Amino acid sequence: MHIMEGYLPLTWCIIWFVISFIVVAFGLYQIKKIVDETPESKALLAVSGAFMFILSSLKLPSVTGSCSHPCGNGLGAALFGPAVTAVLATIVLLFQALLLAHGGLTTLGANIFSMGIVGPLAAWLVYKGLTKANISSTIAIFFAAFLGDLLTYVATSCQLALAFPGPGILMKFLTIFAVTQIPLAIGEGILTVIIWDRLKAYKPKLLDKLGALAPNEA
Amino acid sequence: MKTSTLIILAVVCILLFIAPLIMFNGHGEDDGYFGGADDAAGEIIEESGFEPWFSSIWEPPSGEIESLLFALQAAIGAIIIGYFFGYWRGQGKEE
Repeated sequence: MHIMEGYLPLTWCIIWFVISFIVVAFGLYQIKKIVDETPESKALLAVSGAFMFILSSLKLPSVTGSCSHPCGNGLGAALFGPAVTAVLATIVLLFQALLLAHGGLTTLGANIFSMGIVGPLAAWLVYKGLTKANISSTIAIFFAAFLGDLLTYVATSCQLALAFPGPGILMKFLTIFAVTQIPLAIGEGILTVIIWDRLKAYKPKLLDKLGALAPNEA
Repeated sequence: MKTSTLIILAVVCILLFIAPLIMFNGHGEDDGYFGGADDAAGEIIEESGFEPWFSSIWEPPSGEIESLLFALQAAIGAIIIGYFFGYWRGQGKEE
């Protein structure tokens, strides 16, 4: 989902920067509030960020014959919401832009928008919706992670189609990004379920305090 | 969840990523397989006549260095998760 350095017209770079900046600033404010209220959640923040670090470093083969990487943004979104996840995504994307030449500084705003905002927002909505309906949080987290990952790539495709309009261009980008991503998103869903199961076993009270469990699990 | 369920899930996950390796066994980057999706998108953009107007301020000088940094990224994540999960597990046992 990384839009490469310099591959987006300046106007679009600025638009995505402004949107992402606002959300990341709000996320930083939320992190401060969460840490003040529940200091124990610092460790969970670190784990959510670390999970993104691992998953976005794994470039996996897909059945379409090309490679892509999962995002790991569903876990943070389910625990802390999309704005906080945008902050975590910014750290990961900066690391990759500066050290790996993956993504870039000019496209940072656009990449934060897809991986840190659209994906986590979708994951968070799905997660909250399912747990409110008393569906087990372990099942809800699968769909949250699956859709968070997939919609991150749909967002990238839309961003590129907007910047480079042309007939059938959206389908081209969707074929490259979103179709390749489907098996990876399933894998990410399963991995997130495994992590979630352990979190629930070790820290049930903390998860409950953050409001991250289904009402009948609390 | 039972440990056996967790193991089954992990195995399903591994199979999911081994499948493409078996399906496209014998193919490689030279005939267009296992390339990165990011680069494929870059090619489409270049076809439209767009010239990238900025390039990375630093790039890993070789594939070796790149894989070093990717491994480092995964290791940083793994050590943090391992540390806290081990800590919480021990904490739970003491209680």
